[in-house]
Amino acid sequence: MMSPLEDAVNGVQTLKPVRHSSRKHQAAKELRYGLLFASPVLAGYLLFVLVPIAASIYLSFTNYSVGMVPEWIGIANYKTLFTGADPFFYPAVKATFYYVFVSVPLGIIISFFAAVLLNQKIAGRAFFRGIFYLPVIIPLAASSMVWMWLLQPDFGIVNALLKQLHLPTSQWLGDTGSVVPTLILFSFWTLGNTIVIFLAGLQGIPSQLYEAIEIDGGNRLHKLFYITIPMTSSIIFFNTVIAFINGFQAFVQPSVMTQGGPNNKSLFYVLYLFNEGFKSSRMGSASAISVLLFLVIALFTALIFFFSKSLVYYEGKGEQR
Amino acid sequence: MKQQSWINKAMIYLLLGIGSLFCLFPIFWMVRTSLIDMGELYQIPPGFIPKVFKWDNFRTALDAYPFGRFFLNSVIITSLAILGVLLSASLCAYSFSRIDWKGRDQVFGVILTGLMIPFFVVMIPQYVFWNALHLTDTFVPLVAPAWFGGGVFNIFLLRQFFLGIPRELDEAAKVDGAGHVRIYAVIIVPLAKQAMIVIGLLTFLANWNDYLGPLAFITSEKNYTLMQGLTLFQGSYSAQWNLMMAATTVIVIPSLVIFLIAQRHFIEGIAMTGIKG
Repeated sequence: MMSPLEDAVNGVQTLKPVRHSSRKHQAAKELRYGLLFASPVLAGYLLFVLVPIAASIYLSFTNYSVGMVPEWIGIANYKTLFTGADPFFYPAVKATFYYVFVSVPLGIIISFFAAVLLNQKIAGRAFFRGIFYLPVIIPLAASSMVWMWLLQPDFGIVNALLKQLHLPTSQWLGDTGSVVPTLILFSFWTLGNTIVIFLAGLQGIPSQLYEAIEIDGGNRLHKLFYITIPMTSSIIFFNTVIAFINGFQAFVQPSVMTQGGPNNKSLFYVLYLFNEGFKSSRMGSASAISVLLFLVIALFTALIFFFSKSLVYYEGKGEQR
Repeated sequence: MKQQSWINKAMIYLLLGIGSLFCLFPIFWMVRTSLIDMGELYQIPPGFIPKVFKWDNFRTALDAYPFGRFFLNSVIITSLAILGVLLSASLCAYSFSRIDWKGRDQVFGVILTGLMIPFFVVMIPQYVFWNALHLTDTFVPLVAPAWFGGGVFNIFLLRQFFLGIPRELDEAAKVDGAGHVRIYAVIIVPLAKQAMIVIGLLTFLANWNDYLGPLAFITSEKNYTLMQGLTLFQGSYSAQWNLMMAATTVIVIPSLVIFLIAQRHFIEGIAMTGIKG
């Protein structure tokens, strides 16, 4: 940006018509450079996002499979899904909703309190933060393997310890009733990202607010409910929505640990989608499945934009809006 | 601040201790199991420290499949992806933050919607596309997106960072006759080193740990990544947990080493994404 002074000096030095055309020339040059520098993402967006989405929608109305010419079959794919003619669709939806709607709220609560603890002024705080973040670094395929071994019903350490304490053991991943709760438990192991984002939010709360409540004789709970939670409302919301979106796409865990079993009780939606497209090679119907996923995620994304406007706390304005 | 009573402190340490145990125990158990003998594996109750440290497990596990090859494949894919992301995301971020072109912010707004598109939604058409080009079962489908913008998220992050660099620096360089290429290479990128490191690390993790991408695009064993090698191993050694854990330990080590070296960057980077997001 030019300052008014510079502008005035330029105005004196150059004749008006010349300056006008050079500005136009300048704008065209900026546009050229702008598009040139942005060209990777412009091409990438077209190639890897826009065209594939359009293709997904198109393919969902066909009976396409690799090597074949897609044939238009209207809404037949969707009909097969919704009428239950495909025996896996409803079990997959059910398993996914069960997993997401239990693991996300619990995960948010746990990571929020972990962040509050990690935000206390104590010795070794950075060390604990590192430990709580560590599981996120481990490849999910590898940690899935490790947890399978921990929870192995006959020789796993968890059942062995439970037995020694005379507590009831479990089949964990091997039982239709306990498989999803076990995957939910496993999801708590990788909350590091959520915790760190909460921590960043907590660090933004001015300490005067807490001091004020102390002067008024408020206790720990008052601080939590009148300051900490309201002041981090936008981050709680952000984390929740992200967790929902990620939860709908939980793939590695069921793929490595259970392959959807036992009895399809952990056949999460994206695993079902993958199997349909790549194992059964029914790309048309898999596209229909993915379009439905897209709609659900789009709904949650719309929620972000809708709610974040009314929930975000604006720094400096000092009020909840 | 009021001094916290020691009971308070003890409670905090107790809870953090339980949390730490929950986070660390699986990793300890993985390493412990990787070192025990087959006979000790099924011992009840299991011992916490191996009676004999059986280092041979690692050799047996790594000899079972061409893990050297898988490792090399993972290294190639991950390095090419990091290179691509750092170059193309920074170029795009430069365009969206330092060049004043008409319609820039509107275009950026549209690009941002890419953040919300799950890979699962574009996976099948992408497969069809690469298959038509006879490029499935190569590294191209795994690496190409990195060179085409390197992910909207990374552009977003870098753009935020670039916006914080004073504009006067560009103006001064322009007066000296520098064009955009030079301003980008000599001023902006060196000043954004911190953000570039964070993005490099996140890209490393995303690609090194990627399970779905290779599963969808890579079919022949010689092109497998480490994660695929691990599942291959799982298929045939599912009862020999000591060997399984040895293979898993080896696969976890690179991520662990990078984390220990760059822990601070990781945590700052994630915090950055949350605040700006």
